[in-house]
Amino acid sequence: MNEGKKIRVLLAKPGLDGHDRGVKVVALALRNAGMEVIYLGRHKGPMEIVEAAIQEDVSFVGLSNLSGSYKQLFPKVLRLLKKNGLENVKVIGGGVILDDDIQPLEKMGIKIFPVGSRTGEIIEYIKKSASN
Amino acid sequence: MLKIVDRAMHGDRISLAKLITLIENDPSAARKMISMISPYTGKAHVIGLTGATGAGKSSLINGLISELRNRKKTIGVIAIDPTSPFSGGAFLGDRIRMPAGSLDKNVFIRSMGSRGRLGGLSRATSDVIKLLDACGKDVVLVETAGAGQSDVEISKLADTVMVMTTPEGGDDIQIAKAGIMEIGDIFIVNKADVGDADSRVYEIRMMIHSLSRRDTSWEPEVIKTIATNDIGLKDLCNIIENHYKFLRDTNFLFARRKKRKRSELVDLFRETVTEHVLKYMDEGKKFDILIEKVINNELDINSAVNELIKVLQNKKRG
Repeated sequence: MNEGKKIRVLLAKPGLDGHDRGVKVVALALRNAGMEVIYLGRHKGPMEIVEAAIQEDVSFVGLSNLSGSYKQLFPKVLRLLKKNGLENVKVIGGGVILDDDIQPLEKMGIKIFPVGSRTGEIIEYIKKSASN
Repeated sequence: MLKIVDRAMHGDRISLAKLITLIENDPSAARKMISMISPYTGKAHVIGLTGATGAGKSSLINGLISELRNRKKTIGVIAIDPTSPFSGGAFLGDRIRMPAGSLDKNVFIRSMGSRGRLGGLSRATSDVIKLLDACGKDVVLVETAGAGQSDVEISKLADTVMVMTTPEGGDDIQIAKAGIMEIGDIFIVNKADVGDADSRVYEIRMMIHSLSRRDTSWEPEVIKTIATNDIGLKDLCNIIENHYKFLRDTNFLFARRKKRKRSELVDLFRETVTEHVLKYMDEGKKFDILIEKVINNELDINSAVNELIKVLQNKKRG
């Protein structure tokens, strides 16, 4: 358990949204599933998130947003990750996401877990994608 | 491997990050990499920061990042948090308190889980220090996982050791206890606006004066800070620089590093020899047979050790 590969996940709240109860629940669930979770905190700019993803060598970036600005912020983080050489990092989005927005975001390559998702689903998705 | 090392040393942060992961995940590959970078190490000032959970270590590092950047230093930070012994997972939350330098290419922060190692560090820590050093960081700051009374491991890695307390973190009896309070070159009383900071400073000074044996003639400094308000950080930086200058001017830097290398060499030798012998002995269950002989009193345990040494000697000849 002490040696070998661990799944590393960066969690952050982009933009001007301070509701962080949800993302902390996810952080603990991922920790308890044996992952290394780096929590960056609230009010982060997209480039700050990308820079942390570079330094921490994570495989996943999880973004939480409950203020409706996800439509701009999530794709921007995805774009900047690619632009900065992190094509292989997978982006996951959570929070209050309107039904109509889920498909377009997932088409871009952002896996969405809206309010009401079970933490077990998120863990399963990450473990499955990590082994691919 | 050579390529990625070369890229990291020329400032590519993705390569640097991947090499840190290699150190964490694959000790034998890491050993080869460390051999490559070794000639380029020994230039960075390694500063350790330890203290109890919630004392304000990450916030202080944040303040130090700003101040050291003002002084044009390039910085590597290793921030360690505990790994769960139950799930193997970790919640690495030090970055939350470190927004300074988040977009600065001259600051590289890496969060690490302790991954089963006690003492507030991880097995990978010493090698990651070397890597950041070889990649040209002027200063490497190591923040331990919130440390307890006997967690003195950091003193084996750092040139300058800072121990952090708060005015409300216990009384003079805690200060008088052996262990962590003996390793500080600099003592920081953080959250100096809460409680009786001056008494705490006084208690620490008393304790320092009672120390009869230290490895250098440096008189440990005690400083009050309020990390989140940026109070005391400039003075702290001056003390840190003074301490480094003292170490270099007096040759104590060499003495400390020699001591450190000695224990590193012994550890690595022990690890490598054990690995080699066990690998050989495991073939054909030779190790099992040896143990059974000891149990059946056909061989005493010291003779069994000699058998293992013979394996090494024969291997060398072969």
